[in-house]
Amino acid sequence: MLGLSVDRLRADMNRLLALLFHQGVLDEQFLQLQQLQDESSPNFVSEVVNIYFHESEKLLRNLRGLLVDKEFSDYKKMGVHLNQFMGSSSSIGAQRVRNVCVAFRAATEQNNRPGCMRALELLEYEYCYLKNKLHELFQIEQQRILAAAVRYPVVQQQLQQHPNNA
Amino acid sequence: MEFCNCIEPPWPADELLMKYQYISDFFIALAYFSIPLELIYFVKKSAVFPYRWVLVQFGAFIVLCGATHLINLWTFTLHTRTVAIVMTTSKILTAVVSCATALMLVHIIPDLLSVKTRELFLKNKAAELDKEMGLIRTQEETGRHVRMLTHEIRSTLDRHTILKTTLVELGRTLGLEECALWMPTRTGLELQLSYTLRHQNPVEFTVPIQLPVINQVFNTSRAVTISPNSPVARLRPAGKYMPGDVVAVRVPLLHLSNFQIHDWPELSTKRFALMVLVLPSDSARQWHVHELELVEVVADQVAVALSHAAILEESMRARDLLMEQNVALDRARREAETAVRARNDFLAVMNHEMRTPMHAIIALSSLLQETELMPEQRLMVETILKSSNLLATLINDVLDLSRLEDGSLQLEIGNFSLHSLFKEALNLIKPIASVKKLYVTLSMSPDLPEYAVGDEKRLLQVLLNVVGNAVKFTKEGGISISAFVAKSDSVRDPQAPDFFPIPSDNHFYLRVEVKDTGAGINPQDIPKLFMKFVQSQPLAAKNSGGSGLGLAICKRFVNLMEGHIWIESEGLGRGTKAIFIVKLGIVGRSNESKLPFLHKSPGNTGKPNFAGLKVIVMDDNSVGRMVTKGLLTHLGFDVLAVASGDECVRVVTHEHKVVFLDVNIPGFDSFEVAVRIREKFSKRPERPIIIALTGNTDRMTKESCLRVGMDGVLLKPVSVDKMRSVLSDLLEHGYLVESQ
Repeated sequence: MLGLSVDRLRADMNRLLALLFHQGVLDEQFLQLQQLQDESSPNFVSEVVNIYFHESEKLLRNLRGLLVDKEFSDYKKMGVHLNQFMGSSSSIGAQRVRNVCVAFRAATEQNNRPGCMRALELLEYEYCYLKNKLHELFQIEQQRILAAAVRYPVVQQQLQQHPNNA
Repeated sequence: MEFCNCIEPPWPADELLMKYQYISDFFIALAYFSIPLELIYFVKKSAVFPYRWVLVQFGAFIVLCGATHLINLWTFTLHTRTVAIVMTTSKILTAVVSCATALMLVHIIPDLLSVKTRELFLKNKAAELDKEMGLIRTQEETGRHVRMLTHEIRSTLDRHTILKTTLVELGRTLGLEECALWMPTRTGLELQLSYTLRHQNPVEFTVPIQLPVINQVFNTSRAVTISPNSPVARLRPAGKYMPGDVVAVRVPLLHLSNFQIHDWPELSTKRFALMVLVLPSDSARQWHVHELELVEVVADQVAVALSHAAILEESMRARDLLMEQNVALDRARREAETAVRARNDFLAVMNHEMRTPMHAIIALSSLLQETELMPEQRLMVETILKSSNLLATLINDVLDLSRLEDGSLQLEIGNFSLHSLFKEALNLIKPIASVKKLYVTLSMSPDLPEYAVGDEKRLLQVLLNVVGNAVKFTKEGGISISAFVAKSDSVRDPQAPDFFPIPSDNHFYLRVEVKDTGAGINPQDIPKLFMKFVQSQPLAAKNSGGSGLGLAICKRFVNLMEGHIWIESEGLGRGTKAIFIVKLGIVGRSNESKLPFLHKSPGNTGKPNFAGLKVIVMDDNSVGRMVTKGLLTHLGFDVLAVASGDECVRVVTHEHKVVFLDVNIPGFDSFEVAVRIREKFSKRPERPIIIALTGNTDRMTKESCLRVGMDGVLLKPVSVDKMRSVLSDLLEHGYLVESQ
């Protein structure tokens, strides 16, 4: 069963990726990241993504802290945070998150406080969604690696008999 | 009787007669003595008397005469001989002197008389001069009045003030009762009473312009006396005393066009105004000549002043118009700039945004194709692929066209083989043509060089487009392509007679003709072919496809290559011939190419060797830093990643080949880092190449980077392939040419 599941797992992963692409959550840059993963850096993508999560959570905390403050007026600082967030999101291909950042930045440029609040909530939502999906992706990946490590010669034949109907 | 020497008087001593004689002689003597005395006295008194000698003579004569008469007194009675002798002597003397005087007087008396005539003459002269003086004085006064009037009139450029002032001043100078100005109406058929001196006309008075009296005044430039009863002169309510004399004069209304540069304004204008001047009613004054002259001069001055006012008005109006137009132009320019900027921004975004999903679709569809699919699924995937390829081409075309129009597209010049270009085009078009059962022939003239210098990719694009069109619109028969070197006497496009292909030592003109046996084109539609988005055959086959952009883009590419493209057709059903001529460089000669030469290595087989090359990445964003570092490590470089500019400057050594600087860091000047790195290394070969990584695609960023001394600009996010090709070019040539 484990042998079969390699293909099924790969299919699941592809399906998830396709879905994420379709939804616009991820873009081509993520594929590029995956290309960079090779024998010398087998965990490249997950390392990058983990750093991204770390950074993003810090940025989101800062943003929320700034906005919640009653005497808030430092839109510029928010803009700085947002630029960082945008940069890192582009680097890993988190397209939807980046787009929300763009809208958020526009709101800060207009000093539009309620707009910023709305954008922040949307940002947090998108970020959570992305994080969940990426975690899911990595889980499947892990399982696939584990499953691939188990070698059954019979796996090949079974593969041929059961074409992928994902 | 005593003997006395006495003389007997000649006459008998008659008592009475003698007594009278005695008395007369006495008085005569007295008078004779007093006359010279008086003469001397008065002459002494007068300052000028030129005839003293005559006076002396005369005096002597008179004295002697007096003496004679005095001595005569003694001869009335008996007198001695002495007395007689004295008497005789004095008589003789008197005779002498008087004769002399008489002789002298002959000379003197005409002179004396002429004095009198001279005096008369002088008096006449004085009277004449007096008269002339009076005239000059009057003239001078007139002149003064005119000067004053002119000054008043010309001191203002306002029409209304000019005319009002004229009337007021004239009225004052000449003591007029009424002064009026009749101006021609817009239609030119009537004269309207526009200005009067004293009488305010509530009603608009008009008078037809064809009255004989008016014609009379208009036909001469002099002031004309007119009857006080003529309609133009009846300015005051009638019923008063004898109306005063009236004079009318024409005032030419000069137009701007009358003032030629060198000539005095010609009075060919037919427009005159009429100035009417009325003397006071019961003054019995008459119009004097100098007053008429004054009026004529004033009329001329008014004409000049009015024309100046008109010129000024005109120029003020023109200036206002110009200012308005300037403002409008400025606004339009700013709007256009904004539009262009907006479009460029849009393009920059869409460039990336549109291509990315397309690439994703194409990439994923190709991946999908490689998996196991059912036949229907495979068909669907192939359709998806084909459609997305078409769409990608369309997007590229649109973006290309915009860049072409923008002028920002530059040809990528390189060496290429003409033969292989044509063969490739042929290979690409053969399958489609054979499906439609069309033949395709290619003939290349032997004098075509084997290799040429130009933009191979775009030339292929043009060729494919033209040939593709030929195939598309041909249902039976075939296409024949012929290529040869264009000569100056080759048949030219009748619609572009100015295009002369003139070959030189470094360039030749390639002429390609694509003839097809297809549907042909209506000659009227030919000009529209090269216009964007215009479909010339709306009712053609449904799958004729094409957005109408192809030929427009071809035309622009051909123009960039300093060539010309045109289509000839004899009509519907008679086939079409598309011809284009482009300028290509000759290989081996010294080519002045606009861009630095990029040698296209024939097929990039095998990875370029980056092993062990040291590079530095500077990015303060940890995610971005890690991604770029991973990318470069994947390519084989030895990467050192730093987070700040200071650290970057500190650790960079001559061993590092390339430094990547992220340029989007706000509040941080990556440019400064570039400058400091340059300063750190004095000589070129040791200095690492500096590349900017930016998410900004606009020209400004690119230009600022290049100005600061960076060697190239790369657009984030960078794909692996892109980074690989860029770096291999970079390390081979030492600089980066294209960044997008």
